[in-house]
Amino acid sequence: MPIEEMIKDIHFKSETRPDWCPSCGDFGVLSALIKALVQLQIPPHEAVTVSGIGCSSNLPGFIHTYGFHSLHGRSLPVATGIKLANPKLTVVATGGDGDGYGIGIGHLIHALRRGVKLTYIVMNNQIYGLTTGQVSPTSDLGHVTKTTPEGSDVFPVNPIRLAIAGGASFVARGFSGDPKGLVDLIAQAIKHPGFALVDVFSPCVTFNKVNTFDFFRSRVYRLEETGHLTGDFAQAMARAGEWGDKIPVGLFWKTDVIAPRRPLAPAQDPAQGLDASLWQNLIKEFQ
Amino acid sequence: MKQLLDIWIAGAAGDGVQSTADILCRVAARCGLHAFVYNSYQSAIRGGFVYAQVRLSIGKAWLPGSHWDILLALNADAVARHRAWAKQDAVVLFNSDRAHLPGHLKGLGMPISELVPDSLMQNVVFLGSLMRLFDFPPDPLERLIRETFSHKSDKIRSGNIAAAKSGFEGAQGIAGRFALPKPDKSHMIMTGNQAFALGAAQGGVRFYAAYPMTPATGILHWMSEHAGKLGICVMQPEDEISVINMAIGASFAGARAMVATSGGGFALMTEAIGLAAMTETPLVAVNVQRAGPSTGVPTKTEQGDLWQVLGAGQGDFPKAVIAPVSVEDAFYMTQHALNLADRHQIPVILISDLLLSEHTETLASLDPEKVTIDRGLWADPNVKEFRRYFDTPSGVSPRAKPGMPEPFVFTASSDEHDEKGLLISDVATNPIIRQRMMRKRMGKMEAVAREMPPDEVIGEPRAELTLVGWGSIYGVMNALVERGRREGCSINALAIRSVWPMNQENVRRFLSEAKKTVLIENSYSGQMGRLIRQETGFDLTNQCLKFDGEPFYEESAWPVIERYYKGEIQGRQEILTPYGIVEDLDAH
Ligand SMILES: Cc1ncc(C[n+]2csc(CCOP(=O)(O)OP(=O)(O)O)c2C)c(N)n1
Ligand code: SF4
Ligand SMILES: [Mg+2]
Repeated sequence: MPIEEMIKDIHFKSETRPDWCPSCGDFGVLSALIKALVQLQIPPHEAVTVSGIGCSSNLPGFIHTYGFHSLHGRSLPVATGIKLANPKLTVVATGGDGDGYGIGIGHLIHALRRGVKLTYIVMNNQIYGLTTGQVSPTSDLGHVTKTTPEGSDVFPVNPIRLAIAGGASFVARGFSGDPKGLVDLIAQAIKHPGFALVDVFSPCVTFNKVNTFDFFRSRVYRLEETGHLTGDFAQAMARAGEWGDKIPVGLFWKTDVIAPRRPLAPAQDPAQGLDASLWQNLIKEFQ
Repeated sequence: MKQLLDIWIAGAAGDGVQSTADILCRVAARCGLHAFVYNSYQSAIRGGFVYAQVRLSIGKAWLPGSHWDILLALNADAVARHRAWAKQDAVVLFNSDRAHLPGHLKGLGMPISELVPDSLMQNVVFLGSLMRLFDFPPDPLERLIRETFSHKSDKIRSGNIAAAKSGFEGAQGIAGRFALPKPDKSHMIMTGNQAFALGAAQGGVRFYAAYPMTPATGILHWMSEHAGKLGICVMQPEDEISVINMAIGASFAGARAMVATSGGGFALMTEAIGLAAMTETPLVAVNVQRAGPSTGVPTKTEQGDLWQVLGAGQGDFPKAVIAPVSVEDAFYMTQHALNLADRHQIPVILISDLLLSEHTETLASLDPEKVTIDRGLWADPNVKEFRRYFDTPSGVSPRAKPGMPEPFVFTASSDEHDEKGLLISDVATNPIIRQRMMRKRMGKMEAVAREMPPDEVIGEPRAELTLVGWGSIYGVMNALVERGRREGCSINALAIRSVWPMNQENVRRFLSEAKKTVLIENSYSGQMGRLIRQETGFDLTNQCLKFDGEPFYEESAWPVIERYYKGEIQGRQEILTPYGIVEDLDAH
């Protein structure tokens, strides 16, 4: 390919500058996504980023691809509809922990089962950022927030375990503070033939003073450096349960077993109705 | 010779009530009669008491009847429950192995065990007897049995034909008792839900999603069955929220998309109705009403969701609501709604009800070419600059879809945005752009109003009494106008099809010229009355309402309408169907 036709970072630069707080974890996710698309040479007009509502869900506005910034919690249904209607598109859903593991968790479980080829990046900051710091489904037990002044008294959702158990074929965790690792995970996820979840530690520097960049820097280790077998269900579930002084990032689980899909419907613009013979055929059942 | 016959088929769920009614209706339609079939059932799949009211007539059959000429009693319970609704000279066809008739009823008992090897075939025996009662030749039924069982073994086929013959012969004693004419033509039969589905298919729908909910499920069943042949992607997602958001995604990607549900599912969809409007993504959503609120009476009919669909979605946004009035209308209005949605890039709601969606009626024909597909305004691929939400005089901006190369790449957003689609809601709130974008979107309503379907006047343009109704009420209004004609009462009716925006001026003019008006509605509140008052200033103070789950019957509605006509009553009147008030079932 002539160098002038290559897809570069600049092609994904949006007219709008991200309005995230300086140092927000989401910056790292945005740039990793762009680098992954560049690595895979996917042109902006063949990619669609789809989100719900939240700070993280503003991402489609900050990247130059087609985008659909939908309702709180609804990115996966919208993304699924887009992909089913035009399977040639690269569809990436993005959002936050509240969006995906709170209000939208029902959609996540069914997206895992359906296995429609989508990449789902969750910027998990363990807090509701946009609404100024309430407890989130991934907030740790005891986490003090505006709505849990005495500390959260419910167990957090473990998205990695949930996804593996729910039938996902690709489950990974990245860290916004590890750009190289994150680009690699996102690129692998986009190439994966089924539904791929990439949960990303993406610290909210404004409203979560516990799960900060430093918190993760001192704890995360890379699964691939431990000889982790991504096809071993028991190992994947065990690693997914680790939380505390050591927290794994990387690819937990990957399988080729993907829900079989019938051929996708073409979304051509119908210029006319049914052809005459098909119409005659259909009408017979009413005669 | 009879001009009209009411045949009720009753038994337990699982006895084949619906399929028997379907065969009867089809044979009659092929012989040129009109038919109307209304199924009464409960959510219980097996065991509950179910019945079908079949009306056959020379002229158009608008409604089910409230009393029967012939009862096909598939079990003993059927006689006990329905004996009170027998017309004079009515006849019961029953299995004499299992049931006895109460003294005052006349009947024909068939010794089923002697006639057929399997008691399940009793329905076919009775169908054969009916042919004899109608003075029909046996062959149309035979032909239909052959078609119906074409994929079954020879033995099953010939067994059923023999069963029909034995019924035919066994009814010799009362042959021709209910002789019907056989006009030299034939009709199609269809349910409202099938018409919505067929209209969607002919209207170019490429993506259909729904979560099962009575009484909208018939559309999903038809779509699923035909998806492969038609190249339609049919999905049954996890809930109605997913349904509508998936459809919006598919539509954004360029596919014509439609969804359907009933009130409860529609409630879950409401936030996304606004999303379609905000992102200017065309969408058609069907709400098939059932008796609410909450889970309500899932298998019964009502028109109580009008205010729900009008108010669906937070904020101000353009949308259209169309109420098809008949099965035929459901076919054309679906295509019209799809075009309207595409032309204006808005959500369009089709509002139906259980009666309209689930009853079967006869139609002369459907014209697949009457409505041509109009996908609306698309961007010229040669332009150098593109703003997805470009502010045009009509408010409609040329569309692009993912996959189209530069300069078309854009983001659709549920947050307020500028002409390019860039957010103005978070940091840089901008009152000037906000006002302009609101005006742009709302400005579409002017042209939408011009493209709404016309409402329909039934009967003469002027009359002593004018009935007003919407949707499926078209049926009873037609029956009442015809009844008035027979009884020498000058009655006409206005059937509202364009719910929102309303054909304001026409409705106002028509009503203000009316001498006396009565609103007819299957609801407690007379919801259309309030809408008409709001839109036209005209107050429909006479309201004939029914909210017991059953449709209007001519027999019980007419005496009330006649009293309005004569000035004996005014204001609000409620009609009740006395079914279900069954005397002691063990008495016989
Ligand atoms: C139906 C609905 N409920 C509530 C909200 C308000 N809301 C907007 S974003 C949000 C939570 C966002 O949290 P998360 O998804 O974790 O995103 P973050 O801001 O942390 O990136 C809430 C509750 C909404 N927009 N819509
Ligand atoms: S509030 Fe938190 S999540 Fe939102 S932009 Fe600021 S740092 Fe990021
Ligand atoms: Mg969050």
